[in-house]
Amino acid sequence: MKTLFKALIQALLVALLVGTLCFFMTRLLPGDTAYRIAAGRYGYDMVDAAAAQAVRIELGLDRAPLAALADWWGRLLRFDLGVSLVTAQPVIDEIRLQLGQTLRLSLMAVLLSLPLGPLPGVLAGLRPGGWFDRVNLAISVLLRALPPFVLALLLVLAFAVQMQALPAAGHADRGSLMLPALTLALGLAAVSSRVARDAMASVRASSYYAFALGKGLSASQALLRHGARNVATPVVAYTAVQLVYLVEGVVLVETIFAWPGIGHALVHAIFARDVPMIQGTALVLGLMFVLFNCVVDLACAALDPRARRA
Amino acid sequence: MTEHCRRLTPRRRALVRLSRLLAAGAALHLPSADAHDGPLSEHAAIVPASRDTLTVVGPWELTGLEPSRGGYMFTRMEVAQTLLDADDQGRLLPAIASDWEVSKNGLEWRFFIEQGRLFHDGSPLIAGTVLASLKRALAAPGVLRLARIRSMAVSRGAILVTLAQPYAPLPYLFTHSGTQVLAPSSYGADGRVLRIVGSGPYRITSVSLPQQFDVEFFDQWRGEPPLVRRARYISVSRAETRTLMVQSGQADLAFTLDPPSIRRLLKQKNVELVAAPLPRTTFLKLNAGHPLLSDVRVRQAISLALDRDGIARALLRDADLGATQLFPPALALWHQKAMAPLRSDPAAARALLRQAGYAPGADGIARRGGQRLALTLTTFVDRPELPLIATAVQEELRQIGIAVKVVVGNSSDIPAGHRSGALEIGLVARNFGSLPDPVATLADDYGLEGGDWGAMGWHSAALTDALARLAGGGIVADSPEAARLRAGIAGELQQGLPVIPVVWYRQTMAVSRRVTGASIDPFERSYRISALAWKASA
Repeated sequence: MKTLFKALIQALLVALLVGTLCFFMTRLLPGDTAYRIAAGRYGYDMVDAAAAQAVRIELGLDRAPLAALADWWGRLLRFDLGVSLVTAQPVIDEIRLQLGQTLRLSLMAVLLSLPLGPLPGVLAGLRPGGWFDRVNLAISVLLRALPPFVLALLLVLAFAVQMQALPAAGHADRGSLMLPALTLALGLAAVSSRVARDAMASVRASSYYAFALGKGLSASQALLRHGARNVATPVVAYTAVQLVYLVEGVVLVETIFAWPGIGHALVHAIFARDVPMIQGTALVLGLMFVLFNCVVDLACAALDPRARRA
Repeated sequence: MTEHCRRLTPRRRALVRLSRLLAAGAALHLPSADAHDGPLSEHAAIVPASRDTLTVVGPWELTGLEPSRGGYMFTRMEVAQTLLDADDQGRLLPAIASDWEVSKNGLEWRFFIEQGRLFHDGSPLIAGTVLASLKRALAAPGVLRLARIRSMAVSRGAILVTLAQPYAPLPYLFTHSGTQVLAPSSYGADGRVLRIVGSGPYRITSVSLPQQFDVEFFDQWRGEPPLVRRARYISVSRAETRTLMVQSGQADLAFTLDPPSIRRLLKQKNVELVAAPLPRTTFLKLNAGHPLLSDVRVRQAISLALDRDGIARALLRDADLGATQLFPPALALWHQKAMAPLRSDPAAARALLRQAGYAPGADGIARRGGQRLALTLTTFVDRPELPLIATAVQEELRQIGIAVKVVVGNSSDIPAGHRSGALEIGLVARNFGSLPDPVATLADDYGLEGGDWGAMGWHSAALTDALARLAGGGIVADSPEAARLRAGIAGELQQGLPVIPVVWYRQTMAVSRRVTGASIDPFERSYRISALAWKASA
């Protein structure tokens, strides 16, 4: 209950802060907004002073900034995100579609990262310093050091160009989800496998684990009854930190794979000075962050009785 | 032990329930994002491409269904049509209008609508529906404002356009995608375009804004049925991704490739490259009203300082694209083969600066009366090669003693700087082929007051007069008189240098070996998918 209340307050603060910051940042961007929006709409070859003036009048860009900001706050209270300046579609409709695509991608990435990260991590942690641990460390360092776009290109070259097994990009063909999700999953797995490994190693070194083995439980029994839950707590808690990577990765990976998600939309909205779209997408990304953090807090509480009591 | 397990069970059960709930939520919500476009457009859902689907990839996003916005994609994919069409040389061809005529005074134009055509919803294409689309185009920002149109009406089955002043390029305006004709069922109750119902050989089956749409052959099309029956367009913003898509066989046509990708594709067996010159020129737009740039000798010195072949070779990987004049060879009627080309000669450039009263200062930058020859060059990132060319120009000008500060912003800085008078030098790429006859574009760029994408603080009476005569009508485009006027315009621009041409362009398209018969439309109006054929082995 307390967690939910905290999350609600957080969400409210994030909404106000993100919206206001976006508003001022887009105003501070160089270049004339009216010209920029006209270029986004009609293509830059078709832009001239007349088109820009038409945009200026249509959108009321001459209004005082504070009045425009107050207007946005007011609409936010009514859950109205406004209309895209470029496509003339309601922002909420565009975001609903893009968010669905982004969630599909993120969910798949997290699911794929589970067998790729924590599982080998736990195995490595059972024998710290062993050959599996060392190989695991080398692969983790390599994967985390590779920027997502290099990883993406390598995966496309391997799975799409060489094997012709998966589509290289796009979102509508069979299997088109796999490569972008795998790109994100490998980045996530690189870190979560190390967190799981360290957690496992410390559990294995603990006295309660030694006691469990000492009282006659088999290795797998001890791992399942006394190891799994203790390892899971830091791994789940760390997932929250990794969400930063996921959100940042989504922006890049979506652009590379032409995935019509919210990160891709944010990049295009910034190019086109589509202020309502920028505010809307940044707001949704920020709220997603709060939501995921809240879910992670709840999951940690479910896993760890100490956190519940605290 | 057993008791311990039993104590945990309810929570475990709760976790299982939670995971089931999550999975169900995912199953419920996520496909819906894929399945329908909701209120954005009223077309059906996208499904995976079949083997006989031709896939086209390009960088252009569908910024909406409005003809003035994303409309050009629907003419390129041959879904929507315009009143008239143009061939590779820029000559007009009939399309929705079978013929056209103009009154003696050049003020009344009649476009005769061909009878018996159908829209994709089965409704007949008649003059009344054409007029409704044209009136919408006139109200939106677009090419129609170039002509002073007094009224448009239907008169005996033809579209009657009345002008306030004669304007010979008028028919060319009706080749622009912004003037495409849609069926009445395309619009919602509030007048917005909700679906694209055109009259071309292909009809839309599904749209997923802003990324993708699918088309299939419209079986009531009156012309020759095409061999490619189904096609898909995907907007892919990165050139590397487009290259990989065609390399992996996912895409059949890929547009706008960067030089490194082109080199990689040259080695591919399953991909063919097709190239064609485009009527586009990158040039320096100079503020000739600026005290440092008003002297034509300074402008000539800047032109002589540029190593155009070097820029073309190093940055565009194509040495033939160094511009020797403003009009590229793709503008066959306007390109002047006989004219003395712009050349590179830094020594002559330095001599010209000396003649203009400049002497090199201690820092190597020319000075006159204590004033340094230092200028700001503004360019933008919409075309990725522009910032690179800007830095090359910066170095070449430094070598003759002109200090240049490069500012990379966005395209709107150019028209905005033109209006405020603050622009000094702009590096821009101008498309002379947005209309198949560049007279309308040129009249806008090089009129008395210059233009956002043309001259600034410079004008030539002879040039304005020649453009006015070409635009005013009464001169046939392929007459010797018109050729003389065009040569005069090109010569004036070469002499006065209100803009300094740097490089021309070439469109390179990658084509999968599954298809034959691919060609590039130099005016970028169509991908010509109806002219393609599947290879027998594919």
